[in-house]
Amino acid sequence: MSISPERETRELRLQQIRNEAQLRATSVSKLPPLTHVDAQPSNGHGALQDFHPAASASPQTGYYGMPLLKTPAWTWEVPIYFFVGGAAGASAMLASVGRLTGAERSMIRDARWLAAIGAAISPALLVSDLGVPTRFLNMLRVFKVQSAMSVGSWTLMSFSSAAAASAVLTELERRRVLPRIPVLTDVADIGAALTGLVLATYTGVLVGATAIPVWNAKVSLIPLHFATSGLSTAVSLLELRGHTSSALNKIGIGATVVETAIGASLEFGKEPATEPLHHGPTGWTMRVAGLLSGPVPLALRLLSLTSSSQSSRAVKLRRAAAISSIAGSLITRWAWVYAGRASSKDPKVPLQLPGPPRPDAKQIPQDK
Amino acid sequence: MSVTAFLTDSTLCIGCKACEVACKEWNQVPADGFDFRALSYDNTGSLGHSTWRHVKFVESGAIPGFGGNAPDVFSWGFSSDVCKHCANAGCLEACPTGAIVRTEFGGVYIQPDVCNGCGYCVVSCPFGVVERRPEDGRVFKCTFCYDRQKEGLKPACATACPTESIKFGEIEHLRETARKRVRDLEEKGFDDVNLYDPTDTSVGGIHALFIVRGDPKTYNLPPKPEVPTTYLKKGWMSAGIAAAAMVAGTILAFAGSSDR
Repeated sequence: MSISPERETRELRLQQIRNEAQLRATSVSKLPPLTHVDAQPSNGHGALQDFHPAASASPQTGYYGMPLLKTPAWTWEVPIYFFVGGAAGASAMLASVGRLTGAERSMIRDARWLAAIGAAISPALLVSDLGVPTRFLNMLRVFKVQSAMSVGSWTLMSFSSAAAASAVLTELERRRVLPRIPVLTDVADIGAALTGLVLATYTGVLVGATAIPVWNAKVSLIPLHFATSGLSTAVSLLELRGHTSSALNKIGIGATVVETAIGASLEFGKEPATEPLHHGPTGWTMRVAGLLSGPVPLALRLLSLTSSSQSSRAVKLRRAAAISSIAGSLITRWAWVYAGRASSKDPKVPLQLPGPPRPDAKQIPQDK
Repeated sequence: MSVTAFLTDSTLCIGCKACEVACKEWNQVPADGFDFRALSYDNTGSLGHSTWRHVKFVESGAIPGFGGNAPDVFSWGFSSDVCKHCANAGCLEACPTGAIVRTEFGGVYIQPDVCNGCGYCVVSCPFGVVERRPEDGRVFKCTFCYDRQKEGLKPACATACPTESIKFGEIEHLRETARKRVRDLEEKGFDDVNLYDPTDTSVGGIHALFIVRGDPKTYNLPPKPEVPTTYLKKGWMSAGIAAAAMVAGTILAFAGSSDR
């Protein structure tokens, strides 16, 4: 095989690096043995331990306690996308089920519009988070069931088309631009509802099926958590739009009961991988999110039942519950991403190191 | 084409970093900056978007013969880390664009002209290898010198290693070499030599094996790496239950209310 001269030069350069390394290694080994070093007694933790007690490479600390995993590269757009996508997906489902059960027309219309607006914002958020946004369409080169990101991209594209079609068709029919074409509306509506259900839940699978310990430890819970949170937001947004049907309050009560249960299970279920949910700023973010989306709106909604459903007191209480739920839902997504970032930096779980010590722990493990 | 692999024998490594230099030069990887960590002589820290070979410096108490130092001085263990090129690679499974592919040599290769920087591979690597380069937007990692392998050459790091600490070859052959080397070292009285080759986990084996003294955890090598696709079943189950519950609850609420 003939090798180009340029290739040969580069190949020679590798040889040169090798020779240089060899030469230096040889010259070091010819140095006289060190005699004036105050040897530290072997403690198995590394010589630097006396200066930096935590900074050692050992089976108890890993490699100087440095992170084993990489921190998620995702920026602020991603938790917002989880929030918007969840609310939009749940809205589409509400519109579709509302239509089948004969709910109020204006509520269905608003739910469709919420879905359509969310369907317009979501891709923008997702694209702007990419390292190379102009290559977004590469997401649609392939379809891979084993990649939640691939499934999600296709779901979002289908949802956006269906939700937009559903909202536009409703509007055209209402303004009598088009005659009613029930088949088209049905297809768009049901399509948006089905893809919306995937959109509201897949983001939980997306974070759960990763190497990040706090996420994969809770892979069975996060999709349910995100879905409930999305449904809560959708109902709350409709209530803030002025819809006061008791059906919405019932859905809200159901969702906040589930949120309360999820919050409690996160708070009281402790395992090494979920440490970020219990300690430090990540723990407090999750607690605040849990309170705002679970017990607080639940209490307000139950209180609203004590007055007649159209009374101004009941409406005010439900509005307060809605605002709390929306804030809680947004903070929930952020809290999960935040906890994942903290979790990625802690090598204890992937290395199966003994716990504690927590990052804030004062006690440093010492050899006997 | 046979499946190729690295065997990095840290008992032979002298910490010269020729592999890091050769890798950077051959693959034209940008500088990774200078970050004084004050933890050890290693100021690089870990593998990353601009560090595809990384020599770890493990400082230990005085262990005669370890690192070739005098018996009364603390000793060093060096190990040149690299992408593990997993048989079931988390990054490859996660990639939504198909940018990450399996080469004919069994390596895991990121096609830079396809990657759109979604970052999902970053959280899907159980070894913390893949990383997004902020100034570029795409992710980068060891290519297993795919270009060199195509021409029948050894990867740059293995070519430049002056002590043959980095060996390159057919994987089963290297496994045999590794077992023999561990046996030899044990016969010489080294009772703490380990071969890092996690075949009994969901990653299904790796294409970069390591011989280290002491516990591999010391070198941040995880005892039980899992490919994240193993969590998918539980995740989609939860998603399905959640979706069904949402629909059922909504139907009940609407159907059970006089004012809808």
